[in-house]
Amino acid sequence: MPDTPRFTRRELLRSAALVPVAGALAACATPAAKPSASSSAAPVATSAANPFGVSDSKPLEVWIFDGGFGQDYAKNIHQPLFKSKYPKVEIKHNATKEITKVLQPRFAGGNPPDVIDNSGANAMDFGALAQDGQLQDLTPLLDAPSWDDPGTKVRDTIDKAVIDIGTYDGTFSVLGYVNYIFGIWYSQKAFKDNGWVPPKTWDEFLKLNETIKKSGKMAPFTYAGKFPQYLYEVLLTMAAKIGGPEVLVNIDNLEDGAWTSEAMKTSATAWAEIGAKYLMEGTAGLDHVQTQTAQNKYKVAMLPSGSWLENEQKTTTPADFEYGMFPVPDFTGSDKMPYGTLHSQPSENFIVPAKGANPQGGMEYLRAMLSKKAAGDFSEMVKTVSTVKGAGDGRQLSPGAASATKAYTAAGANIVYYRWQTWYAQLKDEAIAATGELMSGGLTPDKYLERLQKKSDEIKNDSSIKKYKR
Amino acid sequence: MLFNRYRRGLFITAFLAAPVTLYLVYVISPYIQAFYISMTDWRGVSATPAFIGLENFRRLLEDGTFWKAVTHNAGLLVLLPLITIVLALFFAFLLNVGGGGRAVGGIRGSKFYRVVFFFPQVLAVAVVAVLFQQVFRPDGSGMLNAPLMALGGKPIGFLSDPGVAFWSVLGVMVWQAVGFYVVLFSAGLASIPRDMFEAAQIDGAGRLSLFFRITLPLLWDTVQVAWVYLGIIALDVFAIVWVMTDQHGGPDWSTTVMAAEVYRNAFQYFRFGYASALGVVMFFFTVGFAILSLRLTRRERIEF
Repeated sequence: MPDTPRFTRRELLRSAALVPVAGALAACATPAAKPSASSSAAPVATSAANPFGVSDSKPLEVWIFDGGFGQDYAKNIHQPLFKSKYPKVEIKHNATKEITKVLQPRFAGGNPPDVIDNSGANAMDFGALAQDGQLQDLTPLLDAPSWDDPGTKVRDTIDKAVIDIGTYDGTFSVLGYVNYIFGIWYSQKAFKDNGWVPPKTWDEFLKLNETIKKSGKMAPFTYAGKFPQYLYEVLLTMAAKIGGPEVLVNIDNLEDGAWTSEAMKTSATAWAEIGAKYLMEGTAGLDHVQTQTAQNKYKVAMLPSGSWLENEQKTTTPADFEYGMFPVPDFTGSDKMPYGTLHSQPSENFIVPAKGANPQGGMEYLRAMLSKKAAGDFSEMVKTVSTVKGAGDGRQLSPGAASATKAYTAAGANIVYYRWQTWYAQLKDEAIAATGELMSGGLTPDKYLERLQKKSDEIKNDSSIKKYKR
Repeated sequence: MLFNRYRRGLFITAFLAAPVTLYLVYVISPYIQAFYISMTDWRGVSATPAFIGLENFRRLLEDGTFWKAVTHNAGLLVLLPLITIVLALFFAFLLNVGGGGRAVGGIRGSKFYRVVFFFPQVLAVAVVAVLFQQVFRPDGSGMLNAPLMALGGKPIGFLSDPGVAFWSVLGVMVWQAVGFYVVLFSAGLASIPRDMFEAAQIDGAGRLSLFFRITLPLLWDTVQVAWVYLGIIALDVFAIVWVMTDQHGGPDWSTTVMAAEVYRNAFQYFRFGYASALGVVMFFFTVGFAILSLRLTRRERIEF
């Protein structure tokens, strides 16, 4: 060996220094401001038929959350309808279960797609997107003529709650397409066979639980133990029924003592009793699919869920199961809200990124989705209730969807909802953790509410978290 | 001569340039960028995050969940290496030296056991996590609870009882790690000259003194390496916790770890700046541990 290895190493280092890595280093994880895509190239004239000025030459990139509703509705209902009017526009259809993983880098890179169904457990945070000006203002969509009738504005064809809930920082920017209707779900067949009747008051509910427990035929009650948000849903709805909708408004607004209000105490105590006495064994360790499947097997009678349940369980439900839903019962005769009050909330949220290449096309796509035909076909295909008024009229509805729709109609204006769990993800996680403990007896109702109040106060005092009001 | 030297340098450079560049671009530079991101309020979607100095680090001092995660990592840091190494040493000893016969060798069937022990190592972490979700199921279909319930006991919420969940996670991690260290220690044992054991045996050493007087001292180097590896695994455990436990580190935060909090803050709360700050803290914990343990376990090396 003529030379020492030492020398070659030094030489190597010298050559390595010449490798132009500096340029490559700059383009990695850190966001880089890019000149925004020029969407102003020869704007297309707007008209009543083409209110946003959709250009034939720009492709439209659509991303669908491939979850409980699948993606076929977009491919077979919405996109053909859009195409029927703009045959020259090329639609790039995509679907994923991991919205955040796939699309967050696109936002950071400054080239987001044109329409996103931002849903599912891995959806992107609307607050972060709104705070950053990434969401297209959809007010023009509301004021545009509807797809079906040039004389009616889109605004008048959808449930008002969609506009309330889709408004971030005073700008309507998120379109909820599906109306989630929450309640307690049961098998109409099991109830009929055993002579059980859906309860109207809390006392009746407790008695029913006791009867079912004593009958030995099945457990009375369960919830998705791994996901206690299914349980705090009924807990909060009942608190709103007892104390009025402002109970939830105060919680949303992070008011002092909002969680520890009397109505919340009463409701938490009531549900903790259900947790202590009537839960199906092993509930705490089971997820939504496992508990719902147990119900399909007649191992448990009732569980809290929403109007997507029937579609989600379609493969395990016996043909004569007949899903039914009843609203949260009256706690006492002096509840602030009447019997039949429901928690309902627009969901399956569609957005149009403001910095995408074709926001005009994106808005037009949403306008097509909101036509009566598109929404009606959608409701029928995925067995659910859309936010388009009257889209389900005259359609063949399955027992569960029919039951939920009936309850929704009966509730009229007595609809409550809450938004803190989408606004403050940290508070949601804490509520999930604490609710599980409440139901398994690890926390008393008082300690439970104190803990959530503490988290709420923490968030309120954290200047880095953006605050919302309703 | 000079030309030769030059050619050789060129040759080596050509081979190393690509990996070194890749390493710099994809490993070193993200590290450096994470330090920068940790001092911004970046929420993941904006192109222009604002610089906020050490604000994120001040905030994490008051973050109860993060410190809970740190205590869980600390618990794992002590228990995981201890339990794994003790078990692996015991098994490796039995498989290689502990056989009762006159000749030095393992117990009967040791070749078969060696393969069985290695099985868990072959499975991907995500597979292990999903597998154990089923093993730990709280109803009659759980592998552990089914016999328990058949005997008339109440089912244990292995993953749903906050007092038990952490131990379940630890158990799975040990289960998965032991096999590899059995193999590692077996290799270590193989390099110890047989005559040492034979000499000791002739002098009348039993299994116990064989283990403590011969095996352990001569394996000390390997044990030390195992300790550092396992310590690092304990500090950056993520997939098992995220996939297996309820609510990703629950129930009630009872199993959360630092890496899970980094992920949660980044991809669920969209606080990439803050998550990077957590990552930076985690980085220092890990590097600190590695330096400390290498310093503390430095010992005379025995040459054969």
